[in-house]
Amino acid sequence: MRVRIPTPLRSYTAQESAVEADGATLDELLTDLDHRFPGLRFRVVDEQGRLRQHMKIFVEQEPVRDLSMSLVGIDEVTLMQALSGG
Amino acid sequence: MGPMGTANDTSAATLLVGTRKGVFLLSRDGGSEWELSDPLFLGHIAHHVVHDPRSGRTVLAARTGHLGPTVMWSDDLGATWTESTKPPAFRTGDRLGRSLDAVFWLTPGHAAEPDVWYAGGSPQGLFRSDDGAETWRPVDGWCDHPMWETWAEWPEQNTPDGSMLHSVIVDPRDSAHLYLGLSSGGVFESTDGGSDWAPLNAGCLAAFAPDTEPEFGHDPHCVRMHPAAPDLLYQQNHCGIYRMDRPEGRWVRIGDNMPTEVGDIGFPIELHPRDPDTAWVFPMDGTDVWPRTSPDGSPAAYVTRDGGATWSRLDEGLPERAWFTVKRQAMTVDDAPDVGIYFGTTCGEVWTRTDGGDEWHQLAAHLPEIYSLEVVTSR
Repeated sequence: MRVRIPTPLRSYTAQESAVEADGATLDELLTDLDHRFPGLRFRVVDEQGRLRQHMKIFVEQEPVRDLSMSLVGIDEVTLMQALSGG
Repeated sequence: MGPMGTANDTSAATLLVGTRKGVFLLSRDGGSEWELSDPLFLGHIAHHVVHDPRSGRTVLAARTGHLGPTVMWSDDLGATWTESTKPPAFRTGDRLGRSLDAVFWLTPGHAAEPDVWYAGGSPQGLFRSDDGAETWRPVDGWCDHPMWETWAEWPEQNTPDGSMLHSVIVDPRDSAHLYLGLSSGGVFESTDGGSDWAPLNAGCLAAFAPDTEPEFGHDPHCVRMHPAAPDLLYQQNHCGIYRMDRPEGRWVRIGDNMPTEVGDIGFPIELHPRDPDTAWVFPMDGTDVWPRTSPDGSPAAYVTRDGGATWSRLDEGLPERAWFTVKRQAMTVDDAPDVGIYFGTTCGEVWTRTDGGDEWHQLAAHLPEIYSLEVVTSR
């Protein structure tokens, strides 16, 4: 499926804004992304498997925080970072 | 970029400047002029940039906004960088559910263990690499010590930027002899390579606590071991300046000998590379609500040349009034015959003087808030 990559993560994807990856669940998708683009998963999910606080994931148009969510039949996932700070 | 300043010494040197917005290099190639690089990792928070005297490798502890902590390393003094394939992190399934917010501190390991590095974190974990910062693992003897939750700040982190583990020190005589500092929590020591730890705070004040001389719970800001006298420790604490002759095992407050109107509160303390009795501090205002700027807005370093019995003010060349802070990693010294002293400020200035020099020189200004400063010399 197609995974859209936010600008803060594009150093891992050779600046590609969208990449292909596979997985039956969000967790599997992030693992596959990490195989293709080493280091990317730990920027999204911490060592306890928790989505980092300001990372957002949209499955198609729906915001999701449960990494066990099934991606069967899904064509597009968007990784997004909620930018804040100064 | 053009030359940014001059200093007295003219040997080749590079200053590694870690800031809230990335890394800068200030380099001198043998003349007296320093050149400022373009920013590296612009927008990343660089807590500590440390050069390895054993291998020449430079290691950077970074955090990218909301993307969590990481470590990068460079073998060409910052020209190219590689990210650790397994950055510092607590173990998956950690008994306390801890995840690392920041890598705050880096220390190269013992000379006989050339690929070992230690990292201190927030929360206050200790991590170790055995392959030159490529992969990291928790030091379980610390992170899973039965007293960790009692010694460390957990689950509350009381410091505004998170509780920190800092000042990891390796005894040059014994790779298994380690010290660390917790801000807050105190100084701790291991004699078995980090498998077990014990508090080392006797004599140190914790003025903010109901029991002002507890076994732990102190707030060391920066702890240094003298490289030529490893039994001699110096500490800039939240509650004063101390030194310890380790065989005696008790901190002695040498900051009492500072001028009363200046006090002995600060973040950094730096030691002369050869003379065990010479140390520099940069006092800050620890009164009222703790502005942490220079006392009375009048910046100055202080030096002792007699182990803390007396102190002299070093303010020549600095602005008469200024309102910056010098953080605990943001002061350093080199090993030149006439020792160079350097500090970076929260308003993005880098200053230097030599021990025998007459005044401070500004090497850079208008940088982001400076978190760390290390000097690499080639001699």
